[in-house]
Amino acid sequence: MPRPPANQPLLQVENLVVEFPTRRGVLRAIDDISFHIDQGEVLGVVGESGAGKSLTGAAIIGLLEPPGRIAGGRVFLDGGRIDDLPPEKMRRVRGKQIGAIFQDPLTSLNPLYSIGRQLAETITTHLPMSEAEARKRAIELLAEVGIPAPDKRIDHYPHQFSGGMRQRVVIALALCANPRLIIADEPTTALDVSIQAQIIALLKRLCRDHGTAVMLITHDMGVIAETADRVAVMYAGRIAEVGPVRQVIKHALHPYTEGLMGSIPSVGMDRQRLAQIDGAMPRLNAIPQGCAFNPRCPKVFDRCRVERPDLMAQGTTQVACWLHAPDRALAKAAGGGRG
Amino acid sequence: MTALAAKLRSALDSDLFFSFRHSPATVAAAVTVLVFLLGAGLAPWIAPHNTYEVVTLNLSDAFLPPAWTESGKASFLLGTDDQGRDVLSTIMLGARVSLMVGFAAVLFAATLGITLGLVSGYVGGLVDAAIMRVADVMLSFPAVLIALLIDGIARGVLPRDLHSRISIYVLIAAIGLSTWVQYARTVRATTMVEKSKEYVMAARVIGLHPALIMLRHVLPNVLGPVLVIATIGLAIAVLTEATLSFLGVGVPPTQPSLGTLIRVGNNFLYSGEWWMTIFPALALVVLVLSVNLLGDWLRDALNPKLR
Amino acid sequence: MAEASRPLVRVQGLKRYFDVSAPLLNRLLEGQPRLTLRAVDGVDFTINRGETFSIVGESGCGKSTVARLIVGLYRPTAGVIEFDGADMSGFRSRKEMAPLRRRQQMIFQDPYASLNPRWRVRDIIAEPIRAFRLIDGNAAIVARTDELLRQVGLAPADGDKYPHEFSGGQRQRISIARALASQPEFLICDEPTSALDVSVQAQILNLMKDLQRELKLTYLFISHNLAVVYHISDHVAVMYLGRIAELAPTRVLFSRPRHPYTRMLLDTIPDLAMTGRQRNPVAGEVPNPINPPTGCGFHPRCPFANERCKIERPEPLPARGDAPGSAALVACHGVEEGRLPDDVRPLNAA
Repeated sequence: MPRPPANQPLLQVENLVVEFPTRRGVLRAIDDISFHIDQGEVLGVVGESGAGKSLTGAAIIGLLEPPGRIAGGRVFLDGGRIDDLPPEKMRRVRGKQIGAIFQDPLTSLNPLYSIGRQLAETITTHLPMSEAEARKRAIELLAEVGIPAPDKRIDHYPHQFSGGMRQRVVIALALCANPRLIIADEPTTALDVSIQAQIIALLKRLCRDHGTAVMLITHDMGVIAETADRVAVMYAGRIAEVGPVRQVIKHALHPYTEGLMGSIPSVGMDRQRLAQIDGAMPRLNAIPQGCAFNPRCPKVFDRCRVERPDLMAQGTTQVACWLHAPDRALAKAAGGGRG
Repeated sequence: MTALAAKLRSALDSDLFFSFRHSPATVAAAVTVLVFLLGAGLAPWIAPHNTYEVVTLNLSDAFLPPAWTESGKASFLLGTDDQGRDVLSTIMLGARVSLMVGFAAVLFAATLGITLGLVSGYVGGLVDAAIMRVADVMLSFPAVLIALLIDGIARGVLPRDLHSRISIYVLIAAIGLSTWVQYARTVRATTMVEKSKEYVMAARVIGLHPALIMLRHVLPNVLGPVLVIATIGLAIAVLTEATLSFLGVGVPPTQPSLGTLIRVGNNFLYSGEWWMTIFPALALVVLVLSVNLLGDWLRDALNPKLR
Repeated sequence: MAEASRPLVRVQGLKRYFDVSAPLLNRLLEGQPRLTLRAVDGVDFTINRGETFSIVGESGCGKSTVARLIVGLYRPTAGVIEFDGADMSGFRSRKEMAPLRRRQQMIFQDPYASLNPRWRVRDIIAEPIRAFRLIDGNAAIVARTDELLRQVGLAPADGDKYPHEFSGGQRQRISIARALASQPEFLICDEPTSALDVSVQAQILNLMKDLQRELKLTYLFISHNLAVVYHISDHVAVMYLGRIAELAPTRVLFSRPRHPYTRMLLDTIPDLAMTGRQRNPVAGEVPNPINPPTGCGFHPRCPFANERCKIERPEPLPARGDAPGSAALVACHGVEEGRLPDDVRPLNAA
């Protein structure tokens, strides 16, 4: 792979389309999304169920469940294209360059092998190390992810660990070949709140220490706020808004993000009612014309129902909303007045 | 009428029908089973000869080979047996007995198994342990052995003429009692899963009687797997009946089934009258195979994991 | 005591143990001991009419077991549950229980499991009406279910559909409509929004608050989400390993947490306002409830634990410094002895 120029993003996704052919026609689950992740950056991908956030992660690491398939677009890692790699090569990219952490730590670990064996196997597959060296490194990794007495625990089996400890093991497994990028899909959702906080702190510290970039997929804005540098908000298979996390959370531009933020209860806020977005995310076979959010949008106007907005730069954020179209600077006031 | 049409359309549009249409083996099996059902069900009216009306029989027609052989007769397509009966007609009437016994045995086994499985899974504890231990014991003997045992007891206990009159019911009970365990175990497992679901809890919060909860809430949700077992169970029941009849402990000779035909024909196999046993055997194999194929398809189609 | 001032629910010394031993044969052959899980191990509280009482805690703390005990899905191992002055354990037959059961209903966590997939929505909602014989005649029942569907924000035409035709949030509305069908006063809500997306959660929480005001409902709300609990509750009990660690009016609990476990839980709330608040994730995990620590269950994780905490089990005592009548009950030796630093948190974080 050629040495990338310094300003090149680590991961570049261009016009990615993911489709599911069914007998009632093709369902488009991811519809033309583009984003990038810089070296060492944490990009949060947030959205409600059905938004396509997990599919985006799966498409990037080549783990789409059939019949799902990438139907368009390109994915570059360090400047090299990876979406068209044959499965054998993709398997080497996964693990060596991209690590993965999933929601349920149990499914990521083989119950029949000790965790030491699973770690050492992954290490020797991707790094030029002997068995003994790999075992030593595995113990170091377990210590690093905060497993007490790692030299003893290394020979234990997954069922002998608690949920939080298992997720630590999975993190160690994802880190063991020193990948450049980790895709973490709801890594804390299955855990108790106090353990969630521990795992988030751990993930943050490790990625800072190793300079690893993270694509953090979650439905939990709280996790994003604590962890991410930038955040992409997804809705119905598209990116609604992407930008620096502080900017998006405190000054949301897209009406969906705004509604989402308002609907989260928080301690200290005394409100009788929460802000409410009526309705629900559309099903894949019934995505509305124009902006997919238009039937639920409190600020909808005519253009939204006809024409689909693409991401448009607005300061440091990009937002897919006609309210923020550059050529609508004048119409904006009128549109807001009507909304 | 339009509601019915809409229902029909949605049934034809369903995933189940889709997977059916796209599996040629299943379609072939379904057609075969349908042919058997029609042929056997309407046999008394459509069979070419009335083989059990003694006056119509002509002993000079005995031992005729199939129609396409040299000495065959066109009116006896598959030949005749030692009494001059048309083999095709005896197969149709025999399949009718076999299928009736099979359906009745499945119904009996399913009713018994579902009831015991529901109670076992829902009530749990000692009741569950008792039912399941009995099931384990039943499962450790071959079904044919249990059926033989039950038939033997019935023969010993019942007066001779009574036994021959009700022997077909004894056979049904024997096959049913030897196959209910499968239903019970499956229903018990599904019941335990469903029981812990919140909709059952909601019914318990209301304070419904456990029997009502089992009947109204749990039962409709455990029937899917039962349908699969019942289909394959039909094949097994037909086969078990044939085995018992072949051994001579099955249906009375006045109502010959496929098994009886095979047994009787078997006596003439070595004297060259092969058609008397081969055709009923072939019919049995094709019937059981088709029903099994249908059951396999149903299992795959109803299993969301394989889809 | 006057009818109006009497609490609707009074729970005293409530315990529920589960036998989690291996089957008899394994115990005999492998010499395994009998194991008892003390899911709820001595809990006292009262719920006043018209209020929302929440129980918050991590998985395995016993909060859902308390809910199921109160609603009668489990029988208590020990203790008293009084509903409107009547001792629930005094009823032996299903018939005797019926009038009380009508007055309390439950809303569940998983909207995909809480509705019978083979039933039409209308029949699901009408089930309590039919079970308690509240309305006679099919037309009247249809009219009532239409009204219930409207009340929870659905259309009467939705009654003829099956549950799989609805989204998670709509199913939870159906579940609420079923719970309201018998015109109960008391709703037990076991994590009713934790399986839902945040925007849908907001819809359901708003609906629950509206219904509470309109119908004068009393809620027992079980949740692990502190922000949701803050939003909806009047009183909060924090449970840990089958016992109540702290019980206080919501604002008192969140502005002045006494128990070290409460403080730790509050530290886990994500900082959505991005104030840069420093969080101290506490090390350690919830111990195995089959073999809980001696003394105070929290002592292995507690930064303030001393010898007394390891031996003596603390009882809930009123905390000093609160207004009389709204005092927090805290089960902590350190708080009782006054050796814990004060932890005052401003609530107007927004």
